[in-house]
Amino acid sequence: MPGLTFTYAVDGNDYHKAGEASRSAKFALKKLGLPPEVVRRVGICMYEGEINMVIHADGGTATLKVGMDEIEIELEDKGPGIPDLELAMQEGWSTADSQANQLGFGAGMGLPNMRRYSDEMQIDTTVGEGTTVRMIIKIR
Amino acid sequence: MKVKEIRDLLEAQILCGEDQLENDLQGVFASDFMSDILAFTDSQQILVTGMINPQVVRTAEMVDMKCIIFVRGKMPTEEIISLAEESGMIVLASRFLMYSACGILYSREEDPKPCRV
Ligand SMILES: Nc1ncnc2c1ncn2[C@@H]1O[C@H](COP(=O)(O)OP(=O)(O)OP(=O)(O)O)[C@@H](O)[C@H]1O
Ligand SMILES: [Mg+2]
Repeated sequence: MPGLTFTYAVDGNDYHKAGEASRSAKFALKKLGLPPEVVRRVGICMYEGEINMVIHADGGTATLKVGMDEIEIELEDKGPGIPDLELAMQEGWSTADSQANQLGFGAGMGLPNMRRYSDEMQIDTTVGEGTTVRMIIKIR
Repeated sequence: MKVKEIRDLLEAQILCGEDQLENDLQGVFASDFMSDILAFTDSQQILVTGMINPQVVRTAEMVDMKCIIFVRGKMPTEEIISLAEESGMIVLASRFLMYSACGILYSREEDPKPCRV
């Protein structure tokens, strides 16, 4: 897919900075003049994924590919992986610790939100190796 | 509802966005859970929260909020305020509890609706 690619390193130890990559990405997409509704959906999906990488894994890499018809978001981490994906996808399921709770996370709504706001979502995860989440948002 | 009206109703202090006092904002969403904010807001422009951290600003930004109201007398740090300022957001701090702040704003809302999910 030709187009623009943005790559962000997400620090897994800096809770304070969590969400900053998505903030930069949203800013960049706005500047490209993409429809506000598309920018909003990309922002929400990437932000939920970025926060998950910080609070559940040790950070990772977020990549945004902007094509003519769609935007692809890829979030890759080398964290603990997700043992039961079906359970993790359920609204309300969370293993977030108290540090994440203090930031307002841990409602178990992130993955369901990502599914709701993306057109396609695919998760590859292996326990002990890591997780890669890929989402597509179509530009209509 | 105008920002200055909200400020007066909630006896709030305005921490940034003084230049937007005359702006007319629509719709209120209140929560301390960031994912709830991301899941359930559609076009609300005002966020009421008791959570104080930079993620509140980033979360609000993701759903295009225009104004954050911190309740329960909690004061955001300089870092949080400058993050909001950078994004052109209005920040208010009120001593009302979440329940009261929401009650006051709700009583002024023209057409309250149940959530769409
Ligand atoms: N990148 C990841 N690595 C390891 N586990 C993950 C990852 N992302 C999600 N999970 C697991 O899936 C669960 C559900 O994730 P989800 O984002 O839906 O909720 P949450 O992050 O716990 O809370 P919220 O997103 O509402 O703040 C998490 O609690 C965690 O156990
Ligand atoms: Mg999450």
